[in-house]
Amino acid sequence: MRLEAKNVSFRYGAGGRKILNDLSIYVDEGERVGIVGPSGYGKSTLAKLLAGYLPPESGEILLDGKPLPDKGVCPVQLIYQHPEKAINPRWRMRQVLEESESLNDEMLEKLGIEKQWLTRFPRELSGGELQRFCVARSLFQGTRFLIADEMSTMLDVITQAQLWNVVLEEAESRNMGLIVVTHNAHLAERVCTRVIDLSTINSI
Amino acid sequence: MNELTIRRNKAGQNIKETRRKKMNRRTKTVILTVLIAAVIVSALLAGLLISDEAVAIDFANAKQKPSFEHPFGTDWMGRDLFARTMKGLSISITVGVVASAISAVAAVLIGIAAATGSKALDSFVNWLIDLVMGVPHLVLIILISFSCGRGLKGLLIGIAVTHWTSLARLIRAEVLQLRSEQYIAVSRKLGKSNRWILVKHILPHMIPQFVVGLILMFPHAILHEASVSFLGYGLPPEQPAIGIILSESMKYLSSGMWWLAFFPGLTLVLIVILLDHLGDNLKMLIDPYSAQE
Repeated sequence: MRLEAKNVSFRYGAGGRKILNDLSIYVDEGERVGIVGPSGYGKSTLAKLLAGYLPPESGEILLDGKPLPDKGVCPVQLIYQHPEKAINPRWRMRQVLEESESLNDEMLEKLGIEKQWLTRFPRELSGGELQRFCVARSLFQGTRFLIADEMSTMLDVITQAQLWNVVLEEAESRNMGLIVVTHNAHLAERVCTRVIDLSTINSI
Repeated sequence: MNELTIRRNKAGQNIKETRRKKMNRRTKTVILTVLIAAVIVSALLAGLLISDEAVAIDFANAKQKPSFEHPFGTDWMGRDLFARTMKGLSISITVGVVASAISAVAAVLIGIAAATGSKALDSFVNWLIDLVMGVPHLVLIILISFSCGRGLKGLLIGIAVTHWTSLARLIRAEVLQLRSEQYIAVSRKLGKSNRWILVKHILPHMIPQFVVGLILMFPHAILHEASVSFLGYGLPPEQPAIGIILSESMKYLSSGMWWLAFFPGLTLVLIVILLDHLGDNLKMLIDPYSAQE
């Protein structure tokens, strides 16, 4: 299985500046690709395009040669940088995991999620604790590609290491494709099999 | 208590007095809620329990000033004004509850439809809101009530049709903002349908707006009912609604029967003020940011 961006261009709004220009990248299953580059070079935008959150202005996003599914469960999942925005503030944490049917003891244990957190509201947990839930929510059975958009930037180093260990282990065992969007070149080198520098391939 | 026994804090303020001043909003709201619930229940019960005999015509007791036997006095036909006021209140409250409930539910439905539907529907709803808001409520209610052939039905429709606008606009804006939230986008990618997202993600966020909107609509509805009835376009004169009582009392004010207008008017104003306070307090508790605007 291959996730592919073919000659995509993108700009925000009709008259906006071009963020991505005729960009092509691909990720195969089992591969871990890092996307690095300075701020404003379209890393997060590319992540949203690849996950189907935004439609490209031109070009196409293909999963196994076909466009991403419009409806239903998407096999490409995105983890945001700010977990507190990615969780409904009026839901208890149990509901968050139930939404993707990824509430199982094994996953909770791996990610270090304590049982008592499940009955809490998001504002009663810290950023690192919330991000564990976001990771657990994205790692349901149907996920084939996981895009981590600055997933660990906000977290302390111990939590970072914990989360990455779980994600790498899962990617390995499921032969899942992983896209790591980060401005931290060291992290990309450490966890990825291949690193793409957006500033060299995105000519804007 | 002499000066020595008054306990003072560091700033020299009387501790007992500051404590009394600092009853917080939560406590106040709870007290208000209990008070209003008691008033509403007793008015409704009174409306049911007070027999027609109590408000029967009795010329022997006509034009009496307030006394222990007749706390609000009696009118020119000897009817006990207290019983009549309570009956009137129960009618007003029923009208208020029904009309504002219809209005609030309509507001939520219309607001959500405008925010999630097509662009044309959204513009139409906005145009409709501007239209209804542009015409003075009283005029619109009178027109609708009149064309429905006076009486309870016309009044209810009139009040329900005119009061949904501001809440609908609020709900529309809220839903539009919610729809752009990340967790909604995530939910969509987890394969959830629009309907599922509406019910599970968006509707629970509307509950506070709905409750506050409903409670703030309530006093408006009561006042409009009373004023339309007062002007003679609402309830028929046989029904002792507050508006009717006030309107009838006008003829007798100049002959010194002040109690005919004073007590019914006072109870109406008190209930409206209580409800308005409750609504404002709830708004502050539930949504402190927008309440400050």
